[in-house]
Amino acid sequence: MTTFDLEAKALSKRFATHTAVDALSFGVERGSFFSILGPSGCGKTTLLRMVAGFIEPDGGDVEIGGRSMCGVPPNRRPVNMVFQQLALFPMMSVGENVAYGLARRGVARADRERKAAEMLDRVGLPGLAAKRVDQLSGGQRQRVAIARSLVLKPTLLLLDEPLGALDLKLRERMKIELKQLQAAFGTTFVYITHDQSEALVLSDRVAVMNSGRFEQVGTPQELYYSPATPFVAGFVGANNRIDGQVSAIDGDLVEIRSAAGWTVKARRHGTLKPGDAATIFVRPEVAVLGRSTADLALAEPAAVHQGTVESLLFDGANSAVLLREQASRCEFRVALPQTGRYADLKVNEPVFFSFAADRAVCFGVGSSHG
Amino acid sequence: MTRWSVALRAALWAGLLSCGASIANAAGGTLRIITWADYVPADVAAQFTKETGIKVEVALSNNEELISKLRATRGAGFDLAQPSQDRILGPQQEFGIYKPIDLAKVQVDRIQPDLLATVRRNATIGGRLYALPYVWGAEGLVVNTKRTQINDYLDLCHADLRSRTSVRLRRPTLMAFAFAMDKDPFALYGDTKAYTALMEQVGARLIACKANFRFFFDNRDQLLNGMRSGELHAAMMWDSGGWRLNRENPDIKFIAPKSGALGWLDTYALPARGKNEAAAYAWINFTLRPEIAARIAKAIGNFSAAKGADQLTDPVLRAQFAASFPEGFKSVRWYPAIPPGLEEIEGRILDRVKAAK
Amino acid sequence: MAKATASASQRLILWLLLAPALLWLFGLILLPHLDLALLSLRERTGPGEYAFGLAQYRTFFTEPLYWDVFVRTATISLIATALTLLLAFPIAWTIAKLTRGRLSTLLFAVCLIPFWVSETVRTLGWMILLRETGVIPGLLVTLGITEVPIEMLYRDPTILVGLVYTSLLFMVVPLYGSLESLDDSLIEAAYDLGGNGWTVLRTVVIPHASPGITAGCIVVFMLTLGNYLTASLLGGKNSLWFTEQIYTQFITRFNWEQGAAFGFLLLLLSSVMVWTGLRLSGQRFSDVMSRT
Repeated sequence: MTTFDLEAKALSKRFATHTAVDALSFGVERGSFFSILGPSGCGKTTLLRMVAGFIEPDGGDVEIGGRSMCGVPPNRRPVNMVFQQLALFPMMSVGENVAYGLARRGVARADRERKAAEMLDRVGLPGLAAKRVDQLSGGQRQRVAIARSLVLKPTLLLLDEPLGALDLKLRERMKIELKQLQAAFGTTFVYITHDQSEALVLSDRVAVMNSGRFEQVGTPQELYYSPATPFVAGFVGANNRIDGQVSAIDGDLVEIRSAAGWTVKARRHGTLKPGDAATIFVRPEVAVLGRSTADLALAEPAAVHQGTVESLLFDGANSAVLLREQASRCEFRVALPQTGRYADLKVNEPVFFSFAADRAVCFGVGSSHG
Repeated sequence: MTRWSVALRAALWAGLLSCGASIANAAGGTLRIITWADYVPADVAAQFTKETGIKVEVALSNNEELISKLRATRGAGFDLAQPSQDRILGPQQEFGIYKPIDLAKVQVDRIQPDLLATVRRNATIGGRLYALPYVWGAEGLVVNTKRTQINDYLDLCHADLRSRTSVRLRRPTLMAFAFAMDKDPFALYGDTKAYTALMEQVGARLIACKANFRFFFDNRDQLLNGMRSGELHAAMMWDSGGWRLNRENPDIKFIAPKSGALGWLDTYALPARGKNEAAAYAWINFTLRPEIAARIAKAIGNFSAAKGADQLTDPVLRAQFAASFPEGFKSVRWYPAIPPGLEEIEGRILDRVKAAK
Repeated sequence: MAKATASASQRLILWLLLAPALLWLFGLILLPHLDLALLSLRERTGPGEYAFGLAQYRTFFTEPLYWDVFVRTATISLIATALTLLLAFPIAWTIAKLTRGRLSTLLFAVCLIPFWVSETVRTLGWMILLRETGVIPGLLVTLGITEVPIEMLYRDPTILVGLVYTSLLFMVVPLYGSLESLDDSLIEAAYDLGGNGWTVLRTVVIPHASPGITAGCIVVFMLTLGNYLTASLLGGKNSLWFTEQIYTQFITRFNWEQGAAFGFLLLLLSSVMVWTGLRLSGQRFSDVMSRT
């Protein structure tokens, strides 16, 4: 049986005009890295602050380590938080920052200084205890903020978009460090972010949140390859989106026709009948590209579409080409092969492209929850 | 000290101290008077302006502030000042803030001769007269007879008047208490040592009495309000204030104390660097007219130094005077001129009284 | 060459811009102080005659009265500053952290109201309220709290009330500035790490606000020390305020020399106190001044 370090039970919070968190129930397994991914305003911060104890829920309960947190103030919860702007105390040294929580628990000075130094060693900042906070680099501060929380051995560590303020390079590196830290300490992490790449790279499980509810909870792979709702399909990873009406159903496959007259086939998600409004999502890396139909080298038969090159989006390994489908003038993005084969494509050059229907997914409009 | 720095200081202090008095405005048509409250009644000033075309600007003050202001400007900023007659000699010798009066420009025959003689005695320096009498009165006790019956300054220290009396923390109080203690401070003016010893005695007496003083009053209204509200039962006060209270509440009486009332006499004096001397003389002659002098006396509640004004004085005031001074003015002592240096001795004593617990 | 001219003209403009401030500084602050310094070093030898000497300062140290008043003024000013701080802190906290928009503007306005009337009128208002026949003693009798009206004027607590009331705004403003700049997440972080109200205040809020606190305390202390009206009117016969001594020396005793010496001693006292305050709170003068 799995043990949950965090369990939310029908947790709700309403503000004057909207429902921030809508009767949410979920569990986070002990020792796992759990992310809550959602656009800003989806309620993820409210959720996190309810877990930390800064916001009182309107309904439901939070259990941490199996104990109900109803009425327990933030300073009594076995939970610590890494704040978005880190919130390191500028009036204290690095060592004092890390020892702050220990001091509040009445740990003797010598003891807490030793523990703080050990913790700084463990997060890779040996000998920095005497430095001022403003003498540290962004990444070092990040680690101090985590050390400050982990030194208290919390049941749960909450992280509120802590990488948001870092530049791209540093963010990439900190992602790896965070994952390593979590593995090394074995503490349960609950991480909120609007950056899907952070969520996918770091997490054991990810919850995609929208309008106060979880759209889907699963491993990063499940979210990516089997999105349960159009929202998840659109939010997690890049996707081509084609809106239209169901024109035919063939077992698990469904054919839709866009308003501009482009016909595309995809795997059906949920029940659909001809005439329903539907949306198809196709990932750029699922499609193949060729200057001729022969170039496509399809393993199994699939519809071949024609288009012209709109623009080239060069981004190293993530390079793609933006096309326009010939008849409908629909925009469509195709990933370029890593071989660099089509790096010489020209704007307005005619090309062929195709994708396997079972690797595209079709949702009926209005059946967003599957 | 160079001339330049003296001038500079004068300018700076003038700027700092003489708020309210417009120094720059020395136009021929303006008379600037520094004087006591009520000394220039508005209707009298208006009539003066109508007759002569000279505008009257008034700055209110008391003896000490008046001297300080004139000292700061070395006698500039005002065309006429009205200090008490005993405060002319010392400050003039020390600071040279006044100029002598040209008696040819004044209708001297309109002034009561005995008062003029008093001023001549006290305000003549190097054979030249520096002041003329304006208004006079006496300082005594104002007593709420419903609450207490006292008749001398030392009675203010009775145990049953705890926190119910008031005096000014100024030199007249020292003089009054000295007389009440059967001493004559005026006789010791010339003997600094003996005077200091006496003042120390008086100071000790006042300190012993301090619990009885509710506050040391600084301005007339503060005292009048204290008497009116019943917070005070008796105080040392000028006659005019006492009579004013008496008109409002007959229980409150102004009495000449047993040890004698102290007479004061306020004057006309010309600041050394006053610009509109002609206007000052015009004002002096104007206010010496009996009917004008009587109006002024009524406004102040005291007596004018001008001849013939007494006959025109308010009958109520005359009756009050008779009640307060049954023996007439014989028991009143006039202040002699204060020699320089004495006020420093008195100042220390007053500070000690103030600081005593 | 062209560059040299440009920088010369820039320097001229700089001097022109600085000129009013320099004139002000020189003409109205430096010169009078120099003059006072010279004055305080004179002693009177005869009518209108003076010589150089330290008699004025000697008087201060030999006459216990002046020294007592001096110490008393400093002590009451310190107490008043501490009380103002205690009172202003929750106000500033409320304005900076607990209210938004219109309400916080309103609260600021409330702190400002006392300054819409002159200090004299304000102090006289207090006197009307507190005197024996005044509103508050009357109210106390009506409510049955005291049997007879008590005189509330002319007592040290009354002076303190008046001084605190007059100084409140000057404490609230710098405190507000420094509390407003305190990131809420720091407070939350401190709670999150196990702090309670008191420890968060002590370890996070006060250290963060300390430049503002020091600035407010310096301003209030100086204002209180230099206060004349409130102390002398509300204090009555026992007010014994040092500025009152200075006023007395200058105006009623005509003893400018003594007054100037007292003035300098007061200047010295406030400088020493400010310096000590900065030392004790570990602040730098420049940091604090940027908060005022």
